[in-house]
Amino acid sequence: MDSKVVERGALENEKETPQEQEQEQVVNPWEVAAKDGGKIDYDKLIEKFGCQRLDPSLIDRVERLTSRRAHVFLRRGVFFAHRDFNEILNAYERGEKFYLYTGRGPSSEALHLGHLIPFMFTQYLQEAFKVPLVIQLTDDEKFLWKNLTVEESRRLARENAKDIIACGFDIRRTFIFSDFDYVGGAFYRNMVEISKRVTCNQVVGIFGFIGEDHIGKYSFPPVQAAPSFPSSFPHLFSGKDNLRCLIPCAIDQDPYFRMTRDVAPRIGYHKPALIESLFFPALQGETGKMSASDPNSAIYVTDSEKVIKNKINKYAFSGGQDSIEKHRQLGANLEVDIPIKYLSFFLEDDAELEHTKKEYGSGRMLTGEVKQRLIEVLTKLVERHRRARAAVTDEMVDAFMAVRPLPNMFN
Amino acid sequence: MGFSKEQFLARLQELQIEFSQYEHPVVMTVEDQAKYVGNSEGGLSKNLFLKDKKNRFYIVSALADTKVDLKVLSQRLGLGKGGLRMAPEEALGEVLQVPLGSVTPFALVNDSARNVSLLLDQGFKGQEHCLFHPLSNDMTISLNVCELDKFLRSIGRDSSYVDLEANPPVGKDNPPDLAALVPSDSIVLPDLPEKAASLQAPPKAHVVSDNKSTDTTAKATEPSRKVKNVKDKPVNSVQPSSSFKDVGQFVEEILDKTSALLLSEITEESIKQHGQQLGVVVSNCIRERLASELKTDTTLYMQTAYTEGFHVARKMFQSTDTHHQFRCL
Repeated sequence: MDSKVVERGALENEKETPQEQEQEQVVNPWEVAAKDGGKIDYDKLIEKFGCQRLDPSLIDRVERLTSRRAHVFLRRGVFFAHRDFNEILNAYERGEKFYLYTGRGPSSEALHLGHLIPFMFTQYLQEAFKVPLVIQLTDDEKFLWKNLTVEESRRLARENAKDIIACGFDIRRTFIFSDFDYVGGAFYRNMVEISKRVTCNQVVGIFGFIGEDHIGKYSFPPVQAAPSFPSSFPHLFSGKDNLRCLIPCAIDQDPYFRMTRDVAPRIGYHKPALIESLFFPALQGETGKMSASDPNSAIYVTDSEKVIKNKINKYAFSGGQDSIEKHRQLGANLEVDIPIKYLSFFLEDDAELEHTKKEYGSGRMLTGEVKQRLIEVLTKLVERHRRARAAVTDEMVDAFMAVRPLPNMFN
Repeated sequence: MGFSKEQFLARLQELQIEFSQYEHPVVMTVEDQAKYVGNSEGGLSKNLFLKDKKNRFYIVSALADTKVDLKVLSQRLGLGKGGLRMAPEEALGEVLQVPLGSVTPFALVNDSARNVSLLLDQGFKGQEHCLFHPLSNDMTISLNVCELDKFLRSIGRDSSYVDLEANPPVGKDNPPDLAALVPSDSIVLPDLPEKAASLQAPPKAHVVSDNKSTDTTAKATEPSRKVKNVKDKPVNSVQPSSSFKDVGQFVEEILDKTSALLLSEITEESIKQHGQQLGVVVSNCIRERLASELKTDTTLYMQTAYTEGFHVARKMFQSTDTHHQFRCL
């Protein structure tokens, strides 16, 4: 099926009533729930949303265009779906650059590994393609949806900015902004242009808003849509209305950008392209939920080596068998094993991962060994992040967030 | 040429400094020294000759019973947790110009030691007399702490008495309390390998089994001992923000990491395994293992530099009120 037809179809699907959606899995920016407490069916999701699978030929193309090995998240299928990524690559091949847009809803100070994933990937994209990046901190969204004051959400935005900066973005081509500080001027003009092209029924269909929801919620989606258009950043992209936008994000953000892509041609801009990731599983398994209220459901960037060791050993759901004899005989169930899943996200060495999966799956390697290796890998990651985070000063945050020109952002 | 014991004693007399002297056989440890002069009324001293990562040297002179924790001292001086270590034997000769086993505050009389910082145990002040070597460990002199101060003044030095056993917290709100005692200049020694530090003779406080470290067996075991030291090295906890502003420190850290990895990869086993190819193997290993860490560090360095530049520019524009041209229009 032509991708445009599929996409149109997905937008039509959104007119389903909430009752019909209950039997299905639920995936939107505020809720992710599998059917019957099982696993998320990504194939169904791609079908329902109308996006495309990222096939290996695209990954090869990326390697050729960037002259370097594809990021581990691409190789392992963590970023697995896209919209118009091939268009971005086509344009890039012709010498037409693009800019990156990603963001975070700063709801808490504690960031876990799952939060870092889109940023780690975006940093790679920035470095590999040598393109500018805008990062939106939706402090207004968190204020509207959570029990936070405006001051608190603004403060959290700045704190989260530090963790984001620690992912190693190039300060010479990166603009970080918080909605409460930046919305206005050209950005606001685009927001209003977008709002005029989206009906109440559409947002109800896409986001599940109800009559009792306050109007802040209804008016928020254009805020997250606006950064997809270069004219929202006159200090950066003035005169470059033709510049394309690529949005790396987790797949639950897709609804925002389906809406945005629908509006884009009507206001004279390219549709933003997307490259989307799976959800990062909770420690207790795919069916579990990572939640801020349960610190043992995730590894946080502030966890010490000891804490990481304890969490992995005690709470990481194992696909290994109950007894050593049984394990040697049957091998581990790699489908549900969390340490193997985590390793596939973070262990760079393809050969080592393959070997580990083979040995563990056949029962020759025990859970303890796999967990030990994971602890090593995660500790190194978290240490590096902490070190980088410690070097980020308030002055540095000010510099990243300053409305300033970024000369040479495409060099 | 450094002062000889005789020249030094003559100098003390010229300055009319009161002291008593005791000759005895050469002693390498405080315990041995105590056998000969322990019954005289005086506090025996133990003297440590130390150096930090930036080639700055220190003498820590303390009562024999005072507990000296190098890790704590290192932090109090603002050198981070593992910043202080025993100075190599060569430095003893080059900088202090005294023989092994003779570290003493009096070594500061030599011009070569002008940049060495002296930390004195405040416990000395409570003693009638204190016992030190007069540049040579075949004699001990006993003098009152005021006389020591008098001598130090004569060579243009301040006496810095420190509570060496104190362990104050050091952090964001608690700056290192001994930071002022860090020398402003480093001393670069001719041809001095960093790693000799692991082999040099232990301070007087310990019993020395092999103090003449020039024999070949000791040197042959050097690589594996170095490797052990390097592997046991505690996690690098240098305050990140300062190294990302200081080119020298930044480069030093890169070289530290690289040489640590290099040394850990060159073992008897790996030499046997790779022979002539070891260079290529180690080189690839270094590249693979350090690339991402060095990238992170360098990115931070660049971000810090940019941030500084940005703030300078902002200040410039604030005063002329043209900053509004950059606002979102």
